[in-house]
Amino acid sequence: MTTADIEPEGRHGALPPWLLRLGRLLLSLVFTLFGLLLVTFVIGRVVPIDPVLASVGDRASASAYHAVYLKLGLDKPVWEQFLIYVNQVLHGNLGESVLTSRPVLDDIRDVFPATLELSTVAILLGTLVGIPAGVWAAVRQGRLSDQIVRILGLVGYSAPIFWLGLLGLLLFYAKLGWVSGPGRIDIAYEFDVTRVTGLMLVDCALEGQWPAFWNAVSHIMLPASLLGYYSMAYISRMTRSFMLQELGQEYIITARVKGVSEARIVWVHALRNAAVPLVTVVALSYGGLLQGAVLTETVFAWPGLGMYLTNSLGSADMNAVLGATLVIGAAFVTLNLLSDVLYTFLDPRVRRRG
Amino acid sequence: MLTGVRLFATAALSALALATAVPVRAATPADTLVQAWAIDDMISLDPAEVYEISASEILGNAYQRLVTYDVKDVSKLSGQIAEGWTISADGKTLSFTIKPGQKFASGNPITAEDAVFSLTRAVKLDKTPAFILDQFGLTKDNVDQMIVQTGPMSLDFHMDKPYAPTFVLYCLTSTVGMIVDKKEVMSHEANGDFGYGWLKTHYAGSGPFKISQWKPNEAVVLERNPNYGGPAPSMARVIYRHVPEPATQRLLLQQGDIDIARNLSSDDIKALKTNPDIKLESGVKGTIYYMGLNQKNQYLAKPEVREAMKYLVDYATIADTIMGGLVKVHQTFEPEGFLGAYDKNPYALDIQKAKDLLKQAGLPDGFKVTMDTRNTPDITGQAQAIQQTMAQAGIQVELIPGDGKQTLTKYRARNHDIYIGVWGPDYQDPNSNAQGFASNPDNADTSQVKTLAWRNDWDIPDLTKQTDAALLEADPAKRAAMYQDLQQKALDTSPFIIMFQQVEVFGIRKNVDGVIIGPSFNDNGFYDVTKH
Amino acid sequence: MTLIASREWLLTEQPASRGQARFGQAYRTWLALRGNRLAMVGLGITVVLILMAIFAGMLAPYDPVQGGDLRTERLLAPSWAHLMGTDDLARDILSRILYGSRITLLVVGLVAVIATPVGLFVGTIAGYFGGWVDTVLMRVTDIFLAFPQLVLALAFVAALGPGIENAIIAIAITSWPPYARLARAETLTIRDADHIAAIRLQGAHSARIIWGHVVPLCLSSVIVRVTLDMAGIILTAAGLGFLGLGAQPPQPEWGAMIAEGRQFIIDDWWVATMPGIAIFIVSLGFNFLGDGLRDVLDPKARK
Repeated sequence: MTTADIEPEGRHGALPPWLLRLGRLLLSLVFTLFGLLLVTFVIGRVVPIDPVLASVGDRASASAYHAVYLKLGLDKPVWEQFLIYVNQVLHGNLGESVLTSRPVLDDIRDVFPATLELSTVAILLGTLVGIPAGVWAAVRQGRLSDQIVRILGLVGYSAPIFWLGLLGLLLFYAKLGWVSGPGRIDIAYEFDVTRVTGLMLVDCALEGQWPAFWNAVSHIMLPASLLGYYSMAYISRMTRSFMLQELGQEYIITARVKGVSEARIVWVHALRNAAVPLVTVVALSYGGLLQGAVLTETVFAWPGLGMYLTNSLGSADMNAVLGATLVIGAAFVTLNLLSDVLYTFLDPRVRRRG
Repeated sequence: MLTGVRLFATAALSALALATAVPVRAATPADTLVQAWAIDDMISLDPAEVYEISASEILGNAYQRLVTYDVKDVSKLSGQIAEGWTISADGKTLSFTIKPGQKFASGNPITAEDAVFSLTRAVKLDKTPAFILDQFGLTKDNVDQMIVQTGPMSLDFHMDKPYAPTFVLYCLTSTVGMIVDKKEVMSHEANGDFGYGWLKTHYAGSGPFKISQWKPNEAVVLERNPNYGGPAPSMARVIYRHVPEPATQRLLLQQGDIDIARNLSSDDIKALKTNPDIKLESGVKGTIYYMGLNQKNQYLAKPEVREAMKYLVDYATIADTIMGGLVKVHQTFEPEGFLGAYDKNPYALDIQKAKDLLKQAGLPDGFKVTMDTRNTPDITGQAQAIQQTMAQAGIQVELIPGDGKQTLTKYRARNHDIYIGVWGPDYQDPNSNAQGFASNPDNADTSQVKTLAWRNDWDIPDLTKQTDAALLEADPAKRAAMYQDLQQKALDTSPFIIMFQQVEVFGIRKNVDGVIIGPSFNDNGFYDVTKH
Repeated sequence: MTLIASREWLLTEQPASRGQARFGQAYRTWLALRGNRLAMVGLGITVVLILMAIFAGMLAPYDPVQGGDLRTERLLAPSWAHLMGTDDLARDILSRILYGSRITLLVVGLVAVIATPVGLFVGTIAGYFGGWVDTVLMRVTDIFLAFPQLVLALAFVAALGPGIENAIIAIAITSWPPYARLARAETLTIRDADHIAAIRLQGAHSARIIWGHVVPLCLSSVIVRVTLDMAGIILTAAGLGFLGLGAQPPQPEWGAMIAEGRQFIIDDWWVATMPGIAIFIVSLGFNFLGDGLRDVLDPKARK
């Protein structure tokens, strides 16, 4: 994602280089977001579905049909429709969902916390397991444990997540009863918890509703572990390669000569240096989770952005589909940008170079 | 090294412990009924707009209409909010009187003013279901003269023709005839929208329950209405939870996380039959599974081909296996539970007969044809089974899958060969399906009236006249006979292969009693439910 | 004799021709790859997949689309008659999986055939010309990279309509940007090389230089990258199929088969499990192979 890397370095001596870099990143963000809009608009125009029909249903009268036709602006030329679209999006108007008859943005605001919660727990699990596993594999490079971590990672890359989810539900919920089923919380608790942040775990904790909290935990464990497994595969692999690089550096040899304990060398000296690129990796896989969430949420009836997207797809609710796509795209771009910025600020080498 | 292993193990173990140590609570609260249902079709709670299955049922539990019928015998019509009605000598006016002393959930009294407001509002808002009222000659402009208040508790309903009283009354039992609380609704009016913007997501009725919460694609919550005129329901809350997957619904039901599962598959039904904690209850619904053969196709236009194809569907096997428990074989266009229903199923799989007919049509080797298939499991499964039996007589059917909106767009443009799908009546009167299947006033491509007959290019001036005539027949028995005659003719000659009628199956926990499964979706009732 | 001779010919330090050098390079890669057990397993799986696809007609014991008797042969558990059981339309699951391998290969193949040239074209042009051409093309690439692949593919399929062809197009549209970036980076390192400069001085046309000299040099690294992505392509296609947007019934696409089997998962586990195993094994095979290839070809990872 670092386009700026290869571009000619700044000649504008007056400004600090990191500021220039930041400015360039922001500019590219704006440009990319505009491109996103163009893509979603184009997609929205080529649908072979009568958008009016999708909105009013099969049996509407001709006058009801025509009213919606005008309301959707379908009588205007295409470029005008695009300008209207951009203008609307800039004003936070993503159109109205046919399915819920509410503004798409309101819908997304409602469902987004569920996705955020799921992917945050997943990334936590993925990081907590993935980094130690990667360090371990690097230290024992070439040996059996390295191979095991590697194969487990590749297995994570290879299994269709919706399939693992189905089998997981069957095993851990239906047969063993270890975890709770689909959804975010049991219906019995659902109406006890008032929505403050939209994050179920946080809301339960804020109100001190501990039984509900633990129930929500037992709901999120399975989908989050599955999603986390995917990011674990990526994080452990990257950790391994960063650690291998660090462990081959001279300062490590120096430390060894000085008699520093091996554990300290690995966990303090080497890992601290590998941490900088790792932050980027974690941020990137956080973005990648948004994608995994689409399928996971469908399997686990998790009322987040992914399920909103597939629901809308099923009923050809294009405003909602494109709105959700846009939001996911924007979140993805922003996370990428964030990882770039973090990299700039955390790594003294990059900072100096500008 | 050790540290690494230990940390790794600790992280993995704590993740596992977190997952397993949590007790899973089963069983729903004693005063709450919890159902899992695919409710993603809901787009509105306004009776003037609701046209969707799930929302119809919810409104049926939360609103009342002027008149209603006995869910066990639909020919018994009675007043609900109305005390009674009279018909004028010319047959063009119905006069209703309202029962005294009734209240809306808000506490406002129910008067004739509310009834007039509700019906005129629906016509003026002109949402999709408005056509049900427009059929009586009502328009936005004349409705204020057609539906008029004649006293504090009485109103007149004028029509342009002397329609069959049964027709009018059945239409008034649909959701568009539900009575809303005028004072409450108008207090939320904005820009002359008759409170539509508000009522879409809120509630202003008088039924046994009030709608207290709707989270789209998540849940709907009904609460007991303390001001309800009838006996108070024993459930304080009825919760609908959106669960799209049948398998998931079954798991939830087996674990006791819900009381009723609404979208069980045929195989779930089979498996649950032996489960001691669960009972299955069912009722026939008006929805019909059928195929439409487009008469613009040179092969399908031949009468022998149409008849042959009616012998090339293995009705009984499909109903017993892939659709097991969810449909019954039904080959006429009026569903069981309707006035004039006609219980005749003359067709069964008969390859030889079909081959003979094809020979007569000059097509002994069959032909190729396409079928637009909605990509839902039930339709796809049926289409594939039909594809196999058709092939045995040489008819090669190519399936063209698409989502509901795509296949429908194509169907409405008459661009299909064969369309396989479902049709549900718009209101509980035989005219709804007769108009769909046996009426086509203008067969031109530019026609405004796109009935099912039109969509399949079936030009039938005589049947159209008969359908119109049945509409004006005052005597219910004669009217029923007219529809039966229409159905026999359609059975013999129509390009419709009507196959099944839907059976709705509820998987219910054993401790729940009193669920009412009616013929129409707004008849499914939960006010008598008790738990023990 | 000849075997040893050719081995020496391949491994010689002084190749006599460019062809010999190239073959020698490939042979060394192969030797290194052969030492990697996982990569060999992956290669084996890939070969089996290709053989399955070619000989599906001979291997499959039943018709993949026409089912048996609905009353007696529906949802049968795995047995000797039906090694993987039957599905809800009384079709043999093994036969469907065998035929389904054709769809999987078709998807992977077509995506590679569509996305690789597009990526190469955009990347080499951008890298070779630089300046505003580079800026514009790379910005466009960035836009496509900005969406998660599955989500963008979903949106495209929603627009084009469900179906395997549209799924392939959608995946291809979303797959080329990384190849373009890679080709551009490679081109940047080649662009100013002496032999390119020499050709340019001879007055060769830009199009000829790009097509004849830059593209061949970028090709190998792009192809490796495509191999690495194959598992991802399979999973995306299966995901689309699972959501009902990819291959349509009655086609035996594995993802769609899982979706169909989903409603029977509790009583008839095999319906959804078998195609899942097929997807898993095949994408694991591609991942093993890709992983091994990367180890061999990427000097940074080789340690």
